[in-house]
Amino acid sequence: MRKLLVANRGVAAARILKAARSIEIDTVAIHSEADSDLPYVSMATEAYCVGGPSPRESYLAQDRIIEVAMQAGCDSVHPGYGFLSENAEFAAKVRAAGLLFVGPPTDLIETLGNKAKARDAMVGFGVPVVASSPILPNDPEAAFDMAAAIGYPLIVKPIAGGGGIGMLSVADRTELRPALDRARTLAERSFGDGRLFVERLLKRPRHIEFQVIADQHGAVAHLYERDCSIQRRNQKVLEETPAPNLLRALLDGMASRVANALGQMGYQSLGTVEMLYENGEFSFLEVNTRLQVEHAVTEEVTGIDLVMAQLRIAAGSSLEEALGRPVPPRPEGHSVQARIYSEDPVRFLPSAGHLDLFDFSACDGLRVEAGYKTGNTVTTHYDPMLAKVIAHGRDRREAISKLVSGLRAVRVEGVRTNIPFILETLENPVFLAGDVYTRFVDEMPRAAVPPAAKSA
Amino acid sequence: MAGCGLVKAYGGVRFMVNVVAEMAGSVWQVVSAEGQAVTEGDELLILESMKMEIPVLATCSGVVRSLPVAEGEAVAEGHVLAIIEP
Repeated sequence: MRKLLVANRGVAAARILKAARSIEIDTVAIHSEADSDLPYVSMATEAYCVGGPSPRESYLAQDRIIEVAMQAGCDSVHPGYGFLSENAEFAAKVRAAGLLFVGPPTDLIETLGNKAKARDAMVGFGVPVVASSPILPNDPEAAFDMAAAIGYPLIVKPIAGGGGIGMLSVADRTELRPALDRARTLAERSFGDGRLFVERLLKRPRHIEFQVIADQHGAVAHLYERDCSIQRRNQKVLEETPAPNLLRALLDGMASRVANALGQMGYQSLGTVEMLYENGEFSFLEVNTRLQVEHAVTEEVTGIDLVMAQLRIAAGSSLEEALGRPVPPRPEGHSVQARIYSEDPVRFLPSAGHLDLFDFSACDGLRVEAGYKTGNTVTTHYDPMLAKVIAHGRDRREAISKLVSGLRAVRVEGVRTNIPFILETLENPVFLAGDVYTRFVDEMPRAAVPPAAKSA
Repeated sequence: MAGCGLVKAYGGVRFMVNVVAEMAGSVWQVVSAEGQAVTEGDELLILESMKMEIPVLATCSGVVRSLPVAEGEAVAEGHVLAIIEP
């Protein structure tokens, strides 16, 4: 691997470019017409504009991206997270062009990206799943029967896609029909596949996921868990490791089981197995066949640079070479990551605008990964993540307290940010006690903050 | 979300309620139709902004008199998305 194209933008692109630079690989950044002045663009050896601001014209323009990679003399492509990162068609095209795709085999991206197929595959390796239906028929009466067999309350899910799109909870029979119609429309529009299934709805689940890493020679290991229960609109806001208040043996047991399952399937590269946890039981949610936004907390407690390890594995290194040691280290201390979103902190509505000030320089002792700088414009075309702030402490309390002090020192003007909401959560006694669950944000009492000024 | 407008019609004056965009984005899907009777809280259309779908709800009960936007159209904060006659 000599020259890598990073098919992404913002925080993700910056992170990958930094890792590539540290192992002395030349890099190519791509950007849309709207992103030419973002910090990541100048971090690469070369940068090319690939199209208009809409993702369809730029970061999702598969053929154009591959053309740029070929013309620039790249030998590899890293898809980052989001955009084309879990698109099997793109991985296949990259590989067909003779380029190395930094990710798992194409057939596994395909299989594991389909929630129904992924679930069936995992069941085969003894990974627990929650009661769920087969793919629902279009006939509503038959769908009613299948739903009744699962029992209410339940959740309607599209078999394709992710990000919580088209996932709707249903309290009883009367709510099922409208939920199916809505979910099918959303799924068809977002993923081009309107097929749905229903799953039993857990009452107070935690989101716990396991980081897996595997090389091309059959070696596989896990790098512990992350608790990502603090979410809004089914998207994570705070992530931490270790998961609070759970036994290490229980967590490591499940981590080994899912790592073994992916290993048996012939998995390679980084992967994350997402699960729900309630009352002592795990149930499988989905596999993300890519680097994840929250990889940083795992890096903090293990001391392993996951992106560098991912690049080395893609280039053919063994797991041991990629980790720099024969077995993964024990986790040390506690790490918490906050995603800074460009949105109002009360209703989480997107906030676009010109960044008159974007200053994280006073975040002492914290790791900051920013996608923007002062003078950039936040548009409505891309996801709202402006930056990630990561704290590492000897224990959970210390990590949280570092994060609180750091976030208080952030200055952003020109858009609203979710920092006031994050601070409120970090100081919430239930959160501090580690009693987290996925509907925590919906149910937590909120301070009456008027969404007044357009600043953080 | 609601703004009030006065519309002269039938020689009299009728109140109209404007439903406006709370943030910049684009129209993802128009769910309601002109002439449709709606109840406060009903979904009128869905905006897309920063990869999120944000439903726009009727701010009052009444009849949808106008939906002056098309799917895919970019809208700024404050843009009128629907006009309801209470």
